[in-house]
Parts: sequence; structure tokens; C-alpha cells
Amino acid sequence: MSLLEVTGLRVAAADGRELVRDVSFAVDAGERLGLIGESGSGKSLTALAIMGLLPAGMTVAGGVVLDVPGLGRTEVAGLAEQRLNALRGRAATVVFQEPLTALDPLMRVGRQLAEPLRRRRGLRGAALRAAVRAALTEVRLAEPDRIAKAFPHQISGGQRQRVAIAMALACEPALLIADEPTTALDVTVQADVLALLDALVREKGMALLFISHDLAVVSAVTDRVVVLKDGVAVESGAVADIVRAPAHPYTRSLVASARELDSALDLAP
Amino acid sequence: MTPPATPPAVLAADRVGFAYRGAAPALADVSVSVVPGRSLALVGESGAGKTTLLRLLLGLTRPSTGRVLFDGRELATRDRSLMREFRRGVQPVFQDPYSSLDPRQRVGRIVAEPLRSLGLPASSGAAGPAPRGGKAAVAERVGAALRAVGLPEEAAGRYPHEFSGGQRQRIAIARAIVCEPRVLLADEPVSALDVSTRVRIVDLLAELRDTYGLTVVMVSHDLAVVAALCRHTAVLEHGRIVEQGDTASVLGSPAHSYTRRLVGSVPRLPRL
Repeated sequence: MSLLEVTGLRVAAADGRELVRDVSFAVDAGERLGLIGESGSGKSLTALAIMGLLPAGMTVAGGVVLDVPGLGRTEVAGLAEQRLNALRGRAATVVFQEPLTALDPLMRVGRQLAEPLRRRRGLRGAALRAAVRAALTEVRLAEPDRIAKAFPHQISGGQRQRVAIAMALACEPALLIADEPTTALDVTVQADVLALLDALVREKGMALLFISHDLAVVSAVTDRVVVLKDGVAVESGAVADIVRAPAHPYTRSLVASARELDSALDLAP
Repeated sequence: MTPPATPPAVLAADRVGFAYRGAAPALADVSVSVVPGRSLALVGESGAGKTTLLRLLLGLTRPSTGRVLFDGRELATRDRSLMREFRRGVQPVFQDPYSSLDPRQRVGRIVAEPLRSLGLPASSGAAGPAPRGGKAAVAERVGAALRAVGLPEEAAGRYPHEFSGGQRQRIAIARAIVCEPRVLLADEPVSALDVSTRVRIVDLLAELRDTYGLTVVMVSHDLAVVAALCRHTAVLEHGRIVEQGDTASVLGSPAHSYTRRLVGSVPRLPRL
């Protein structure tokens, strides 16, 4: 039994247009899967469907089953908000692309991070402050005390994304969903954040669902990928195989484009 | 002042500095030259001063220190004939084709805008700028610009929302080249696009560079795009140029530690 099983997932807009069509995949405990696709491919909607966070008006069909030890086997689609809240955080949690919108601009970073720690572990007072400090240190933030006192706009984009990762990890999730977590970051910061995610997922034995448009980034972080196009999963398999020998015409053109830009960097001075 | 062993620059920043009000300098002592036929990339991360430098080169902002030179003459907004020549010779393309095109205007009108504001065409045809003939000449040049970027002439009658992101960026490029400029200043022209579209727009810019002798100046954080398109690269860090030269040597064997870190951070595909 997998940790996450998505079977024949369909998401339709309010006007009936199908945005995700019959997508199936599974993620085992501790496994890493990449979802790759261009804009409009339905990759983010798939993540939102797994979290039960689809915008109002969208309808979902098919199965999303989370099976977490201690929480039991739960069908996410159609679950009441209260039951979803019990699941979110512990079973699965998301790190979004833009940390500035994921964080409350009017609340100090430390207080935002304290909330999941308080809920999940029932900490109070000095113990809670120590846990906030430890969580910030864990995501390799050099000055945890300064960051805890800062408002989101007072820290850099890379620091904000580290805070968002710390908040996601605070609930000790079995599955971490990262939706374009480094797309808004500078390339050197992206490299650091990817290395951090890689290390944390390994240390904690979490499963990772990594969503990106960037084939090079996905291949650096995950072992298997599902390629989405216009809401359909056109191909899946080991990253190395798909990059080397893509089978579907769409994947072939995607790999060729990525390869063309990538090879421009093979410079001989 | 700056005697590099290259042909005279169309456009140059000569030891420019710039500080936003009450802030630390965004640019300090920056010199770059746009030499005809040698496309130039300005690379660096957010806050490095790339966009500020581009704004200075576009004449949208005046430098606090130093000079911006167009054909060897210092840009002065009061010199109207110089500025007209400048606007005709140097055209911008912006990052986001969703916000850079007026949604209420037809594509034909959007693309013709530089012609209208420059009072063109006056010199391209043998006939004088008669109003009627002018209208036909404008339509002809708009059509030619659209064809040059790979769009059908009929696109002129449609609105921006009818086009995809890549097509919109083609429209923005058509608008920039309609007055036959010598230099195209592009601010992250492909970062908002999907990878396959990105490749096609890079190919289009390369084609325009080669067929029309257009010199492309590009601000980008994407080193692969820079390597694919630009012969010369200047690397900015904290408002200063840390390294500049041939793209192949700057990115292929970087001398400065920051450039090395930048190049080393680019995620690469697994080798075949």
C-alpha cells in the first residue's frame, strides 16, 4: 500500500472544462516523485487536489488516497474540511512557489512558525521558543533569533522560502509536496534551497512530490517523474530514462528544448 | 575617455553610477559598450542592478554620475532631435508579454505605436508623408514586422488576449523592430515563457540579429539563454561589474569567484 495513491484523478473547472484528466500515480513512503509539465499542464491543480485545496467551483473525481501510519487510510476527495485539517500538515503539506504569499505579511516569522509547532506538539512558552529556534536552525538559517523577530518583507526571498520549508516540516509530514519551490529564486539561492530540501527529505525519511517545469531541477531532486501535458499524464518512468530516451512526442520535444538550452552552456573558451 | 580596441559603440554606459533616493548606490562605476553586431548580455541576480542599468541605457532614468552615450553623444532629454534619433535607434522588449501589451488595442495599433510616436514612415518611401499614403505605408511596415517575427499579417486585426504567451512576446518584438532600430534592449525577454516557447523566442531573436543586423542587449538571470544568444557578457554583482568579456570565456572559464558560483549553480540535465 502506497503512502499516496492517485487513481484516475479528474479536475474540472466550474464551466465543465476538464483541466486534469485521468491522472494516476503512487508515491511510497520515503520515495521521491517529480511532476513535470508546462503552464496549464495541471501539475499544480493535482497538488491542490491531493491537499483538498482546490478553488471553490472546481469539481474533482477519481481517487486520492493518503495512507499514513497512525492516521489510517483516508480518501481525500469529498472529505469534510474538519477531517481535512486533521490530515493536512501531518499526512501531507505543501511548500509553494512564492513564499511571500505563503507567509502572513503582518505577522513576525517566529509567531507564524510557532503556530504549527504549538498545534502539533502542544508546546508553550520557553519550550515553544526553543522549538522555533531549532526549526529555523534546521533549515540552515544563520541567525535564527533575528529571523524569528523579522517580518517576512524584512528577509530575503531565499530566507523566506527556508521559513516556509521550516513551517512545512514543523508538522512532521509523511509527504512533502513542493510546488515550484525554487522558481522564484535566484540561481545560486535555488542551488542552496534544493540542496537543503534534498538533505531534509533524506534525514527525515519523508516522501517528496516535487512539481516543476524545469527538467534539470526535477532530475536533480527526484528519481521518477510523471510528465503532464494539458492535464494528461503522457509518460512516466525513471528520470534518467526519460531524459535519455523520451518515448512520447511531447516529452521528446520538451527534452529537446531543455537540451538545446542546456547545451548552450557547454562552452569552450 | 574609454578607448577599447573595438568599433565605435552605438550605445555606451561610461562609468555610470545610480542611487535611488535614500538608498545605497544601485550601480557604481559601470561601463559597458554596445558595439554593432556584438550582442551583449547583462547577467546577475536580483538586486545586482541589471534592470537599473537597462533603464539608464534606455534613457528612462538619468545616471547620478557618469554618462550614457548614443553614437558618442551624451543623452540629454532636452535635445529633442537627439532623443528622437535615439528612440528610433534603440527599442525595448519587456519581460512579461501579458502586461506590456495594451489589452484594449488591436495588435496592429500596438505594433504601429513607435511609428506614430516617431512620425514614421517619412524617410523609407520615396513619397512624402502624405496622410493617406502614410496610412498604407504604416500598415505595410506593421505587416512586415509581424511576418519577421513569424506571425501572420492578419494578426494585426486581433487583440492580445487571443494570443498565447509566446505569440504575445512575438508581438512585443514586432513592435520593437517596426521602426528598424539598430539596438534591441530586452529585459528578461523569455523568463515568463515555458521552455519550448523560450527556445523558439531565443531562435527568433538570433534570426533577427543575423538577418537584420540587429544588436541585442539582454538582461537575464538565465545563463543558458545568454550563452545561446549573446557574444559578450557583463556580470553584475551588487551594482558593480565584476567581470566582462567574450561569453565563451566569461561563462566557460570564469575568472571571478562570483561568476564561478553563478555558473556552478545552474542546474544541468544529466549527461547523455
